[in-house]
Amino acid sequence: MAKEYEVIIIGGGPAGLSAGIYTSRARLSSLLIERGVVGGQIADAELVENYPGFAQGISGTELGQLMQQQAARYGLETITAEAIGFELKGEKKVVKTTKGDFSARAVIIASGSERSKLGVPREEELTGKGVSYCATCDGPFFKEKPVAVVGGGDVAITEALHLVKFASKVILIHRRDRLRATRILEERARAEPKIEFLWNSVVEKIEGEDVVKRLSLRQVKTGEKSTLDVAGAFIAVGFKPNTDYLKGVLPLDDAGYIITNEKMETKVAGIFAAGDVRLNSAQQAITAAGDGATAAIFAQKLLSE
Amino acid sequence: MSKPIAVDDATFDQQVLKSKTPVLVDFWAPWCRPCIMAAPVLEELAGEYAGRITFAKLDVDQNAKTAASYNIMAIPNLIIFKDGKPASQIVGYKPKAELKKDLDAVLE
Repeated sequence: MAKEYEVIIIGGGPAGLSAGIYTSRARLSSLLIERGVVGGQIADAELVENYPGFAQGISGTELGQLMQQQAARYGLETITAEAIGFELKGEKKVVKTTKGDFSARAVIIASGSERSKLGVPREEELTGKGVSYCATCDGPFFKEKPVAVVGGGDVAITEALHLVKFASKVILIHRRDRLRATRILEERARAEPKIEFLWNSVVEKIEGEDVVKRLSLRQVKTGEKSTLDVAGAFIAVGFKPNTDYLKGVLPLDDAGYIITNEKMETKVAGIFAAGDVRLNSAQQAITAAGDGATAAIFAQKLLSE
Repeated sequence: MSKPIAVDDATFDQQVLKSKTPVLVDFWAPWCRPCIMAAPVLEELAGEYAGRITFAKLDVDQNAKTAASYNIMAIPNLIIFKDGKPASQIVGYKPKAELKKDLDAVLE
């Protein structure tokens, strides 16, 4: 028998934790399912500088912990488990996890997204051998070595700015001729002497036997090919939603994102989605938190009808 | 309940490479968030596999020599040593069910 709750929240990032604060304060019995530690992607962020209320910035880990403490104060229950399946039984939704089944009439999906792969030869084999998707995790292994960052958005620039603390130089490879990143991040990157930019370039192949040795590049405008000797390649080219367990249950877009309306409702009554897992999310901690609150409020309305 | 043992550059040979039972070495560092996430899972597994697989952890900041000799460039990084050689390697944070599959494969 699945243990019953009024609301189940899948994912413990800013979206899920904010939803949990609201549903718990509404005195709805609520369970939050998180597969790792709370905080979600912000837990990897050294410093979150754009979450209102923290004028000096706050570490991502600490922000996640504070949100959890706040939710726990009102009775949010949290378990460490991974959602692996989902079933609809009339009004009831059953969430299958690595620690058993749980059911509720309202489910808020806030399982977020993870880094996309580049999709080039040797990327998979060399992951953990110089290919990385997290500079705060792996940066210290590249002391005094040249590394590349692939991408041109906020994540890529943040990674590059973190890596200058360790690497001898950081080469930012971007397929366009200008960055997508926020201006303040771009200004910092341009002011950093260790960061070099390689514009209009794409990685075609990662080379190396046991560890990364070099990248094969192609200039997209001229078609000219070249190689770049690096010890590390940090990939920051976008995200992939964590929705594999929802296939066949909820309509997803081609990339796997969940489509919602402005109340965070999905096509299935009683299932809401919040944060980065939603199509067209702004992918910010603050917008995810807002989504979570919105989803929780409309879940509460549904349950009281 | 057996718990993961701490190994270092000096004890690695004796406690890991010369071990009669397979040894899972958790290459970790205090600054690695996913490593800290993985720690309680590994403690649970250490209990479940007691007597069959020894669980060890090596701080890569303090023991750069061993970490470099196995090309550790990302953590968490789990290597299962069997008869002194790496038999299986798991890079990145993995949920418990997936880890168990890898452990069982090594025992087969």
